[in-house]
Amino acid sequence: MVTIRVKVLQDSLVQSSILSYLLRRFGYERCKLFEGDRKHSLETNYEISKQRVGYKPRRDTLPSDYSALGFKCGLEIHQQLMTERKLFCRCPAGLYNDKTDYDAEVVRHMRPTLSELGEYDGTALMEFRTRKTIVYRLKNRTACTYEVDDTPPFKIDRQALEIALRIALMLKTNIVGELHITRKQYLDGSIPTGFQRTGIIGIEGEIPLSNRKVRIIQISLEEDSCREVSDIGHMRTYITDRLGMPLIETVTYPDMTTPDEAAEAGYYLRYLARSSGQVRSGIGAARQDVNVSITGGTRIEIKGVAHIAWIPELTHNEAFRQKALLEIAEQLNLNLDVARWKLIHKNVPPRLLSGFYSMMPDLPASHRLIAVNLPGFKNILSFFTQPRRVFADELSDRLKVIACLEKPNILVSEHCRDELVLSETDLDSLRELLKSRDNDAQVLIWGHEDDIPTAIETIDERCRMAFEGVPNETRKGLPDGTTIFERVLPGADRMYPDTDSAPIPIEDDLIEKLQQDLPPEICDRFEQLREWDVPEDTYEYLLSKNLVPVIERISGECGLTPRFVGCFLGHTLKRLEGCKPWTPGFSYSKIYGLARFVADLGLDNAILKEMLPVVYEHPNIVFDSVLTTIGYSKISREQILSHVPILRQKFNDVCTSKNPNACTDWIMGNLRKMALGNICLAELRAAIDKGVDGD
Amino acid sequence: MPELADVCNLATEKLFAVFSENMGPRQYIELAKAIGKEIKNGIDGIVIGHGTDTMHHTAGALAFMIQNPPVPIVLVGSQRSSDRPSSDAALNLIHATTAAATSDIAEVMVCMFGPTSDEYGLLHRGTRVRKMHSSYRSTFRTIGDIPLAMIERDRITPLTDAYNRRRTDREVKITPFFEERVAMVYYYPNMQPDIIDSLVDNGYRGIVIAGTGLGHVNKPVYPAIERATKKGVAIYMTVQTLWGYVHMFVYDTGRDLMARGIVPAENMLPEVAYVKLGWALGQTDDLDEVRRIMLTPIASEITEREPYNGYLIYQGGVPEVEAFLKKVHK
Ligand SMILES: [Zn+2]
Repeated sequence: MVTIRVKVLQDSLVQSSILSYLLRRFGYERCKLFEGDRKHSLETNYEISKQRVGYKPRRDTLPSDYSALGFKCGLEIHQQLMTERKLFCRCPAGLYNDKTDYDAEVVRHMRPTLSELGEYDGTALMEFRTRKTIVYRLKNRTACTYEVDDTPPFKIDRQALEIALRIALMLKTNIVGELHITRKQYLDGSIPTGFQRTGIIGIEGEIPLSNRKVRIIQISLEEDSCREVSDIGHMRTYITDRLGMPLIETVTYPDMTTPDEAAEAGYYLRYLARSSGQVRSGIGAARQDVNVSITGGTRIEIKGVAHIAWIPELTHNEAFRQKALLEIAEQLNLNLDVARWKLIHKNVPPRLLSGFYSMMPDLPASHRLIAVNLPGFKNILSFFTQPRRVFADELSDRLKVIACLEKPNILVSEHCRDELVLSETDLDSLRELLKSRDNDAQVLIWGHEDDIPTAIETIDERCRMAFEGVPNETRKGLPDGTTIFERVLPGADRMYPDTDSAPIPIEDDLIEKLQQDLPPEICDRFEQLREWDVPEDTYEYLLSKNLVPVIERISGECGLTPRFVGCFLGHTLKRLEGCKPWTPGFSYSKIYGLARFVADLGLDNAILKEMLPVVYEHPNIVFDSVLTTIGYSKISREQILSHVPILRQKFNDVCTSKNPNACTDWIMGNLRKMALGNICLAELRAAIDKGVDGD
Repeated sequence: MPELADVCNLATEKLFAVFSENMGPRQYIELAKAIGKEIKNGIDGIVIGHGTDTMHHTAGALAFMIQNPPVPIVLVGSQRSSDRPSSDAALNLIHATTAAATSDIAEVMVCMFGPTSDEYGLLHRGTRVRKMHSSYRSTFRTIGDIPLAMIERDRITPLTDAYNRRRTDREVKITPFFEERVAMVYYYPNMQPDIIDSLVDNGYRGIVIAGTGLGHVNKPVYPAIERATKKGVAIYMTVQTLWGYVHMFVYDTGRDLMARGIVPAENMLPEVAYVKLGWALGQTDDLDEVRRIMLTPIASEITEREPYNGYLIYQGGVPEVEAFLKKVHK
């Protein structure tokens, strides 16, 4: 063993480069730091462990780095369908209530059910013991007795079935002969039945990405879940408006090998669904679950990612989190035997801790303070897991979800983020109380006495899992690109037949009918846009709004180039949308009508860009008045050009600019308003340049 | 009744003097025709005094026979005879007359006490209403939905906006038909097949079964049902529970019964399904057409969805009930 004494330097940059040198040179285990001051040394542990994991920001990570990790990623894309009604009842789909606007509340508790092997899932049982009360808010307008599981399902919504089949055909999947509804278990209460009704529509398809084909495992038609209102302590509240709305779930194989590829597949699937013209858009209408694994890791599902743009950062960080957990496992197994590993916990007598009570002066009488000793866990709690996150967060997140301990719920012996750290004096008291040894780590937790047994079990379970690597769980993605624990995965047999519904035969005639009317493929749409020479910065907008058919129609019927229409929508309209949502009554047909109007009058198309903001604001305005509003009057080309010599003269009098374009620019500026609609601006400029000043 | 003159110009006509239990198809037909005539003559609203025992049967029958009326048609009665000072008759009549004269709801309705107090009445849709207590004043309840409106002496408060509005035209379609050989069978454990057999052998053309739970009868009855449907008898399933839909896909029993030709009647009340089947078979012998008529909602006898507060004997929709529900978990 080589002991290297490093004086901790104030300059953290120098410090980290020295450390990284030492790590490369001697390896982590052999590198022991001289600890002057706990804070410094432990801050360093975060950095050391980050180095050990090999974490790099995404922009510095190469595809080869991901393949070295064994990065694999698959997607489950959920997309709401544009139907009038919900999937298994006749309530209207797509109506949302304010979360505080409801007619009544219903209370339920979810119980774990026995698996087919007659066993309960351990963590599910643990979570059940902490007893969550689930409250559902109902609004008569948007929910009936089906939503609260007080009546069996009604016949499946045909409109939803047909849209789902159409998209399944677009994905080139094999359509099933009969739709069998199955139940997928959900213990979180997001569906009052405790399961989601879902049915596979098609299996085995594919989509072409730029570098590879991504295979589709299946596409299912299923009902949406509740929206969460709050989750505090032992009570979780949901609103039932979204519950039961039809959506499709498209599941890919884990064929994506880099974070960017995962996003590309996400966008492709979104554009594909949108190109059907029969899906919903807007907040929450499309959500993705992203699963990530690396070599030696576990397939981790990041649930409910709201934006595809978040996928790269989330998957990148998850890959490294798994790498970190594997490093932790390696480290732990080096010195410890999990079979003999045992945590010690003790009630902390009141007034033992001064630091804690200065932070939380009024802990209710029913609450307990518990000190836990984790043998051999030194430098594990502050081990890097994600940017700004350490292993202690893995404990804290689980305490919140499983044991219902609201955050902050833990203080630890190692320095990581300030809010997690025990004060020096408290730490000394705890170590003494627990008779800790040098290599141990300590945590302090607190909460209602009824929740404490589960909390201790939760810590014990998570620490034991650390010996194995990456626990099987679902996680929730945060906007900063990190994830937090969401829940443990129910067992593998969480799917079973729904006995309430009869199988639904899918007739060949129907499939044939749908097959004849499929929109062009997304890869062809990309190709089409390129052919039209539409600028690439508009593609995402145009495809996500399914605007290629709109471009086709407007350009075809109003004598405009597709490129112009593409820019008109992808730049001008998009800019307007960025400032203000659509005024009711505004539609793509209004844009078509406007283009038609301009074409019929024989006006130059540049005027469209001036007219659109007015129509966007006042969709029902007569187009003639739009012209008045923007101050248009009909002037002949000759008349416009006749102003040029005078303006040129004027320019020469007032301006001394050396810029060769200055004169033309200045004249254009003066004539623009007059010219707009009457003469093509490029043509006017050319005429001015040429000195053709009219007669 | 001194107050009535303030409400409207009243013309009265006595059609029958029969006990409620003696009302039947012939009276439904005559009543429907008489109402049709009055509507054509330009009346603004109709109040029908009726014994309470079978008021919901008559209301159902009229709702089918008088389609799309332009004016309110209100059935009213009393639970306490008018010879006692505390009778509910007068207030009910005032409410009913107010509803017929001034309400915007042009449907066949029953108007009776909401609570047992002399406070307000409720307007119930003719096809969703049922007498639920043998003696209480507030015996009539809307089943599987909420009432149409609350009614006080001088005020009508709609509880929903899903109703047919009053119109000024005089268009109304009267379909005065009824097949009398229709029966209703209330299933009980150990019911024997001969109950069904004897109906078939006696020439009955339609049977409405009030089954248990989601719409079930026991296995021994299956062969009789199969025999009946093979002989062209129309059999419809309703639920004894009154609230809720027939759901025959949930258990094998239901699936087996459907395979034998029983048609689930959604959430039609048993009595309403009975009058509707009599009315449908009165119009046609074609069983497919009968089925089409039976399963096409005409006057909300089948509703698309059951609101969470539709299952409340204390009557959902009423503001104080809703306020209570909001405070206490349903
Ligand atoms: Zn519903």
